[in-house]
Amino acid sequence: VCFIPGGLDCSISCVSHVLGKVCVQGRQKEILSTLVPRLTDLTRSDCIWQRICWRLVECVPDRWMEAVVLGFVQRAPGADVLSRMLGNLVVKNKKAQFVVTQKMLLLQYSHTTAVLQNLLGYLSLDSLRRPLLIKVLQELLETWGSSSAVKHSPPEQQQYIGKAILICLSHLKEPEIESCRQELLTSMMEGVKCHLDSNLPQIRRLGMVVAESISSKINTDGPVLKFQYEEDDETRELKSFLMQTPPFCVVPSLTDNDRNEEADAALPLVSKSDKKSHPAAPVMPDEESDAELDSDDDLVPYDMSEDKELKTKAPLYIRDCIEVLTGCEDVDKWEATVKVLESLIRKNPSATREVSVELAKILLHLEEKTCIEGFVELRQSAQVAVLTTDPIPVAKYLTSQFYSLNYSLRQRMDILNVLVLAAQELSCPKSHGKTKQSGAQKPCIQLLPGSDSSKDWKRIVDERIKSKTRRFATGQSQVELASSPNEFNSVAGHFFFPLIQHFDRPLTTFDLLGEDHFVLGKLVHTLAILMYLAINTVAVTAMGKALLEFVWALRFHTDSYVRQGLLSCISSILHSVPSEHLLEDMTEELLETLSWLGDVVEKDPDGDCRRLALQNLLLMENLKKKLKTVPS
Amino acid sequence: MALPPPDPQFVLRGTGAAVHTLHFSCREESDVPVLFSGSENGFIHVWNLKTHRVDTALDGHGRKSVYCVETMGGKDRLLSQGRDQRICLWDLAEGRTSVMDSVFTENVGFCRCSLLKVAQGRWLMAMAAKALEEVQVLELPSKTSVCTLKPEVGAKLGMPMCLKLWQLNCSSEPLLLAGYEDGSVILWNATMGKALSQLVCHQEPVMSLDFDSEKAKGISGSSEKVLSIWSLNEQQNLQVCKTHRLLNAGISDITIRPDKKILATAGWDHRIRIFGWKKMKPLAVLDYHTATVHCVSFSDHKNPSERLLAAGSRDHRISIWSIYAQT
Repeated sequence: VCFIPGGLDCSISCVSHVLGKVCVQGRQKEILSTLVPRLTDLTRSDCIWQRICWRLVECVPDRWMEAVVLGFVQRAPGADVLSRMLGNLVVKNKKAQFVVTQKMLLLQYSHTTAVLQNLLGYLSLDSLRRPLLIKVLQELLETWGSSSAVKHSPPEQQQYIGKAILICLSHLKEPEIESCRQELLTSMMEGVKCHLDSNLPQIRRLGMVVAESISSKINTDGPVLKFQYEEDDETRELKSFLMQTPPFCVVPSLTDNDRNEEADAALPLVSKSDKKSHPAAPVMPDEESDAELDSDDDLVPYDMSEDKELKTKAPLYIRDCIEVLTGCEDVDKWEATVKVLESLIRKNPSATREVSVELAKILLHLEEKTCIEGFVELRQSAQVAVLTTDPIPVAKYLTSQFYSLNYSLRQRMDILNVLVLAAQELSCPKSHGKTKQSGAQKPCIQLLPGSDSSKDWKRIVDERIKSKTRRFATGQSQVELASSPNEFNSVAGHFFFPLIQHFDRPLTTFDLLGEDHFVLGKLVHTLAILMYLAINTVAVTAMGKALLEFVWALRFHTDSYVRQGLLSCISSILHSVPSEHLLEDMTEELLETLSWLGDVVEKDPDGDCRRLALQNLLLMENLKKKLKTVPS
Repeated sequence: MALPPPDPQFVLRGTGAAVHTLHFSCREESDVPVLFSGSENGFIHVWNLKTHRVDTALDGHGRKSVYCVETMGGKDRLLSQGRDQRICLWDLAEGRTSVMDSVFTENVGFCRCSLLKVAQGRWLMAMAAKALEEVQVLELPSKTSVCTLKPEVGAKLGMPMCLKLWQLNCSSEPLLLAGYEDGSVILWNATMGKALSQLVCHQEPVMSLDFDSEKAKGISGSSEKVLSIWSLNEQQNLQVCKTHRLLNAGISDITIRPDKKILATAGWDHRIRIFGWKKMKPLAVLDYHTATVHCVSFSDHKNPSERLLAAGSRDHRISIWSIYAQT
């Protein structure tokens, strides 16, 4: 059918009628397959033809509008072509609007991706039509987010809606997204919930991909939603819709246009098929091709599916572990045992309690037999596990060993570290805030001759004390907080007193007051931590008193690390011992300490010591103040 | 549907110690097929493959581990190498079990010696020498030194770990392939004592190697997870052809079957792996032993269908397999 451009006032309506009638009779394909390409060519640059085309479709009677519009949308090679041919039909004609925005998107789902692209692209191309695009998106999101739709509609339809949402999103511009950001967010949240609830992995994945895309669109600068799912062809295809650029209006001829569109649509598919072929090709593609040339084909391989990596089995019982660690020659087994020991101890507390001291002994003397990664941490965590499972006997053993002959410095430091870690674990960080506790954990585990680790402890203790003092100033309410069951309560004394007992008794290999002042410093810091953790325990007052005397005895020590430790001991005492007890039982000691602190603040050469002494003075001031406010 | 791997045809028990070396002697069809095994307790057992029992036990290394046994022209002449720093030559004819001669190697390593027949009654033997990096080539039975293969100063190769003497045909020069502790393989001219080519095959010591002189291709295994296949070109230069990645690290021994169709590797993961030699196609994984497999050896039966593969392991057992015997 060849149109002769006649006079401008030629009436098209009869043509529209014919077109409409033919389409509705089911002959869409035949007539539009010739009509559409012709119109595409003609309307490309000629505005008159564009207007003629618009008139043509506008004049189609309503009862046949659906068929015509459907046909055009399906047949148009691109959104821009569709735009040229239909013009603003959807705005002007109610029926067309219904078909395009509701029927094709929400009620039907058989259309191809290209058709969807056409449709939504068409809506996005003109400013008059853009509000429709936004409306469409909102409706799609509503459907996507409704739990009954997710439950009852077929997966293909949900897929279709998901695709449509993504294509819409790709067409939306920034200001438009801004304006409906809140609604997008709410619908996304609801939608994600329903999708993740579904039992079908396909639906879940769909939900995840769409939600991710929406979130990436609305949160361009902040953190975006990211799900973990397996990428496959579907998800990749869906994601590719989000990335596409909206089609521009100037296009080359029909065939090129087709090719472009198809190429664009085909690109994600082609790359997918590439990806598919790579993993599908087996490990030896060369061999596959050469195999025909080879006479080796007569050697048929046997089934090798049983071949696995070799793993040594770790023992399952504590006593087996003890056996392996004390005498086993098999190095693989030894390694496996060391790795699994801590978890076994924690899982079998009663079994561990039977052999706790023996195990502690073995662990203290355990030397690295083979090169395991993290051997030191493994040993330490096992020791802590034993100590927390059976605190009293093991603490007794460890503290007695601390002062025994013939241990290396490393072993003595080990003992102190383990005692502190176990005390922390037992006193249970619930009331003191988990984050700070975990911060304290980490430096302890670095077993480097830890002046830095001790500093960290001290720092954290001091910080905590500072925060506590602030709370004292603000009000009484928080003081009642710290009353969770403290397992450290019953054993604090066992940890503390033996350590403090023999410090002034030199042994042939170990002289705390002499050359081993590094260990002394570590010991002092340990005592500070133990004191700090002993808050609300029964023994705390006795501990405090003993510690004050200890500090008094050592206050003029030459090593500044030791002095810092002593000062943190005082901080801990002031923190942990209830103020009433402090004043009742230790008045003289406190006064002496006060004067000593004053001295330190003025005359001590080490800056940290001065700072700590000042802090302690402040704490004591607060103490005084607090007691003054409480009516006696 | 691939068949499950075969079970051993039979298992020889009774060595009483880890088995370090194996050697078949089944050429003579009129004679009883025999397998020699050397164990860690210093004994060499002569197994009768018909009755599956020990015929004789030879004690010549002072209860020190025997790590190499080879026959010199038939099962009456045996060469054994032990950790007592001695290589013994045995006369086993007519029921005798005496040491005819011995060579004092002064070497405390584990490198197995390599034998090559150069003429009737004349053999070349390469063994690790007293000095750390050197290999000595002796002529047997005269025990005269042919040459000493010294790597250049500062080469830092470490000990020689495995040796293979070979010659392309009876008239060509005997050559030696030596794998060293630093992971490299050197091709030496065994009579002149000159190094012809060096190739770094592995990051870890070369535990074992074998060479196919027809195809001029060899394979080496190490304590890592990689098997290295290399070839010798016309200029007598070694170059790596390909590497094969293994599932578990550690190979103690590699041997190529005399018909050059398949090869077997003895692994630290207790398994014996069979590969096609042409393309290194994995063919089978034989999982029988419960400890490291120290050695594998193919039999020299004249009748192809009777061919066997033997594997000796630290679990004191020797497994005998009949695999791909029909091809």
